[in-house]
Amino acid sequence: MNNNIEPILTGRGLVKRYGRVTALDHADFDLYPGEILAVIGDNGAGKSSMIKAVSGATIPDEGEVMLEGKPVHFTSPIDAREAGIETVYQNLALSPALSIADNMFMGREVRKKGFLGKYMRMLDRPKMEQIARDKLSELGLLTIQNINQTVETLSGGQRQGVAVARAAAFGSKVIILDEPTAALGVKESRKVLELISDVRSRGIPIVLISHNMPHVFEVADRIHIHRLGKRLCVINPKDYSMSDAVAFMTGAKEPT
Amino acid sequence: MSKSQQDFESVLSDSATDVASFSQKKTLLDKIQSLLHANPALVPLIVLMLSLLVFGLILGEKFFSPFSLTLILQQVAIVGFVGAAQTLIIITAGIDLSVGAIMVLSSVVMGQFTFRYGLPVEFAILCGLGVGAICGFINGFLVAVVKLPPFIVTLGMWQIVLASNFLYSANETIRSQDIAEKAAALHFFGEKVKIGGAVFTYGVIFMVVLVLVLNYILNHTAWGRHVYAIGDDSDAAELSGVQVKKTLISVYVIAGLICALAGWVLIGRIGSVSPTAGQFANIESITAVVIGGISLFGGRGSIMGMLFGALIVGVFSLGLRLIGTDPQWTYMLIGILIISAVAIDQWIRRVSA
Repeated sequence: MNNNIEPILTGRGLVKRYGRVTALDHADFDLYPGEILAVIGDNGAGKSSMIKAVSGATIPDEGEVMLEGKPVHFTSPIDAREAGIETVYQNLALSPALSIADNMFMGREVRKKGFLGKYMRMLDRPKMEQIARDKLSELGLLTIQNINQTVETLSGGQRQGVAVARAAAFGSKVIILDEPTAALGVKESRKVLELISDVRSRGIPIVLISHNMPHVFEVADRIHIHRLGKRLCVINPKDYSMSDAVAFMTGAKEPT
Repeated sequence: MSKSQQDFESVLSDSATDVASFSQKKTLLDKIQSLLHANPALVPLIVLMLSLLVFGLILGEKFFSPFSLTLILQQVAIVGFVGAAQTLIIITAGIDLSVGAIMVLSSVVMGQFTFRYGLPVEFAILCGLGVGAICGFINGFLVAVVKLPPFIVTLGMWQIVLASNFLYSANETIRSQDIAEKAAALHFFGEKVKIGGAVFTYGVIFMVVLVLVLNYILNHTAWGRHVYAIGDDSDAAELSGVQVKKTLISVYVIAGLICALAGWVLIGRIGSVSPTAGQFANIESITAVVIGGISLFGGRGSIMGMLFGALIVGVFSLGLRLIGTDPQWTYMLIGILIISAVAIDQWIRRVSA
C-alpha cells in the first residue's frame, strides 16, 4: 500500500487485559481507504479483542484509536456506528422474533413526518420496508419474498445476508466482518464474498476476520497476521502462499 | 460469478440452483401455526370467545346480560392494570414479583399522606405515583446496571416493599366513609358510568385505554421495538444499537408507575385503603400474561393477549360461580389453561416460514 495515503482507521499500542490474561499487548492496526484487509491469527491471538477495541464493543486499557487521523474514544458500538463504522458480528446481532425490516433499522428507526412522528413517535413502516427491500435487492438477496417475515424463519445464509446488508446500508466509512462465512455452505459463502467485493467497489474499506484461508487469499488486498496479542506482520497475498501465512500465524516461521 | 472465484468452485455454475426445500405442501395445521405465530393474541381471543359462548349457552340470560359481562370487566380491572405492567417486564425476558406490593404501598401512601399529614389529596396521589416509580426504578437499576436476575431482585423487593407498607401504615385501614367525605378524588376510578344495564367504572375504561395505548407504543414506536429486541436477545440488541440499560430501566419505572395507578384504582374498587389488599396481584398478573400467550422467555407476545387472558380468568370465575360449583374448579381450570398456554407457545415457536 502506498505510504502517501493516510490510513482511514488506525490503532496504536492497544492493550486489553482480562484479569491476568493480556488479550492485546500493544497491538497496532491500520486500514487504508478502499481496501479489504483480512485479519488472521490463531485462536486466542487477540483478533476479536482488537476488532472490538476499534469498533467500540470494548474499551482498550491503553492505546489510541484514530479515524481519519483524528483520535476517537468509542465507549459503545453505538458511538462507532455514529462515526460510520459498522460491524457484522459472528453471532450476527439480529433479533430472531422481529422482522427483517425491524432488524435492519434497529436503533435507527425512521419516524413518520409531521404530528404522528413528532408527538405520537410513530414509526414510518412503509418507508423502512421500502429501504430494506431496496438494500437487499441491491445486494442480490431478493430471494427473500417477504420483508416482514421474522428473521428466525430465514436460513443461515439469508440471515448472514440481512446482517451484511444492514452494515452495507449504513456503514459510511468502514465495515468490519467477523467470520462472515464460518457458518455458511459453499454457495452461500460465494454469495457473501461477492457481496464483500460489491461493497468494496463502492469505495468502502472492509476488515475481514476469517479462518478460511482460500477466502482470505481470494478477496484480501493485504493480510494482517495477529499473534500473541499483537500484529506480527502485514503481508501481500500475492507474495506469499497460504502455508506461509499459516506458518507465520502459528509461529512455525518468522516473517523476514 | 466473479473471475476471482476458486478453481474448485468453477463447477458451481452447473450445480443445482434450487435451494434446499421441504415438502411445499402446507397442511392446515402448518397454516394455523404460521397464523398464530404472526398473531400471538389470537389463541387467547379464540379461547375467550369460546368460553363466552359456552357459558352463554349454559347460563343464558343470567350470564349474557350487559350487567354480568361488565361485572367481569370490573373484576379484572386491577389485574388488567398490574398485568399491563407485568407484560412490559415479561417481554424484556424478566419477571416482576413486586407488582402487587408496589400497588398496595402506593395506595397506602395516597391514603396516609392525605389523612395523616393532611396534604391535598391531589398531591398525595402524585406522591403515591412517585413512590411506585421509585420502586420501579430500584428494580430497574438492580436488573439493568447491577445485572442481578429479575426474579431475585423483585422477590427481594416484594418483601421489602410489603414490609415497608405494613410498617408505614401501622396496619391501619382508612375507612371508605372517611375517604368519600374528605378525599373523594381517591375514589375517582370507582365512579360508574351506566349505559342501559351495563356498568362501567372509570377504572375499567382507563384500563382498556391503557392497554390500547401500550399496544400502540409496543408496536409502532422505536422504544416498543427495542423492548421486544431486548427480550429476544439483549446482547444482539446492544450490538445493533439499542441502549439496553436505559430502555430496561425505563421499562421498570413505567411498570412501577402503572402499579401505582393500579393502587389508585384499587382504592376505587374496594372503597377503603387497606394495607392487606391485593395480596394475589402478582400471581394473578403472571397468570393473565401467560394465558394471554406472552412468552416467559421474552420477546414474544402481545399486550392484547394479556387483556384477553385476564378476561378469560374473569369469565371462568363468574361463569362457574353462577353455575354454583365449588370455586376450586375455577382454580383447577385456570391451572390447566396456564399449562396449555405455555405448551401452545412452545409449539408456535417451532414455526417455519
